[in-house]
Amino acid sequence: MNNKADVVIVGGGIIGCATAYYLTKRGKSVIVLEVSDNIGNGGSSRNGGGVRQSGRDPRELPLAMYGIKNLWPTLSEELESDCEYHKEGNLRLGKTEKHMQILQGLTDRAVACGLDVKMIKAKEVKEINPYLSDEVIGASWCPTDGHANPMKTTLAFYRKARMQGAHFITGEKVKTLKKVKGRLKKVVTSANVYEADYVLVAAGYDSRDILATVGIDIPMHKELMECLVTEAEPHMFNQMLGTAEADFYGHQSNHGSFVFGGSSGLELDNSDAGTTNAPGSSSITASCICRGIMKYFPDLQDAKIVRTWAGYIDICKDGVPVLGFVDEVPGLVVACAFTGHGFGIAPAVGEQLAMLIIDGKTTVDISKLRYDRFKAKI
Amino acid sequence: MNAVSDRSKDIGPFIPAADDDMIICRCEEITKGEIRKAVHDGMWTLTELRRYLRAGMGLCQGQTCLKMVKEIMARELGVSPNELESATSRAPMRPTEMKIMGKEEGR
Repeated sequence: MNNKADVVIVGGGIIGCATAYYLTKRGKSVIVLEVSDNIGNGGSSRNGGGVRQSGRDPRELPLAMYGIKNLWPTLSEELESDCEYHKEGNLRLGKTEKHMQILQGLTDRAVACGLDVKMIKAKEVKEINPYLSDEVIGASWCPTDGHANPMKTTLAFYRKARMQGAHFITGEKVKTLKKVKGRLKKVVTSANVYEADYVLVAAGYDSRDILATVGIDIPMHKELMECLVTEAEPHMFNQMLGTAEADFYGHQSNHGSFVFGGSSGLELDNSDAGTTNAPGSSSITASCICRGIMKYFPDLQDAKIVRTWAGYIDICKDGVPVLGFVDEVPGLVVACAFTGHGFGIAPAVGEQLAMLIIDGKTTVDISKLRYDRFKAKI
Repeated sequence: MNAVSDRSKDIGPFIPAADDDMIICRCEEITKGEIRKAVHDGMWTLTELRRYLRAGMGLCQGQTCLKMVKEIMARELGVSPNELESATSRAPMRPTEMKIMGKEEGR
């Protein structure tokens, strides 16, 4: 095969697949290198499927709002594959006065950014979702938030990008990036050398080792997050749900199963059963998520869990992704440290990064997400 | 597997077959034809196929159909079934009610 392309993308997750789709749509040649055997094997297929604007940092909110307004509503049609997108609102639930204060703070900050989100009382919450426990005293409500199926969306971008000629290679581990005459030009793997005018590194936490080979270090760490799924249940509701204390989050899928995510709270210091690219579930987390859910949805106590899984979140030091060109390394584009917010903004990120590479500028302001924002404390 | 895999390798076109309506995954009611089409859509591993179609993701978690799905995929890809890695099995071993899974001493 030809090892040269306009753009080499390191990382076959949803960011890599979406960017490959938008680049090939505009006629660019693309090679995508994925280290694991499976496309979308990191956070892309392990997250809870939220497509949210509420609770987002003002620096990344423009991307979230842009995607929900312009890309998500027609995405299934565009990719000719059902992404199971629902734009039917997000409820963030509270049971105590302290919860309500947390929610009020989040709501005030989002309203200041121009987002349609408001605080609602128990009666209105019950009208939106009658299955909730009577202990819920209020919620924040963002009617334009929603959810989609992360596995299908990732693979839909892959499928369509591949049809448009994007060249995907799995099982290909990138060792180093190499500059030629001051510009990033080569991507060296265990078996091959690839060449491109631009290299996008979108490899989750693994981006760190790869970027280190050209002297770039993004301040981030990885944290385990776990999910579970129930058997199919009769249809109950279409909202995305979360709680003030982040006990759990989740939704009911088109299939009827409930997908809920959460954590034990001990992840940072507990031992990690996982290995590279294969994070392992801990023995205590699924039980903890179940208790969280039952406190809000007593009716779900008889729903059967059929599967649990875990994934890594690449958490940035300042809580928002690192996106765009890096001045120190011409030819390099980064997209990582998504901090658990990657799925919902992925179509917008892919479209805007394709624009950045082809046109040299984006239509959504991503300047506050640049790598050069990190400075020493004094 | 863990071999470098070029997803643009030509595996030929999808050719409809008389038994494409046969249900292979009984829990999620996925047919042989759907599995074969998914391979031509680029789903070349059991893990990808599960995520794309839900085959093997129902109540039995693939304990019934895994071997058949693997054989159908291998034939479509022109490889031996042994070359395809099985998808990951995960807890719980059997479907378990939330009230049981969530129960721990003193809670």
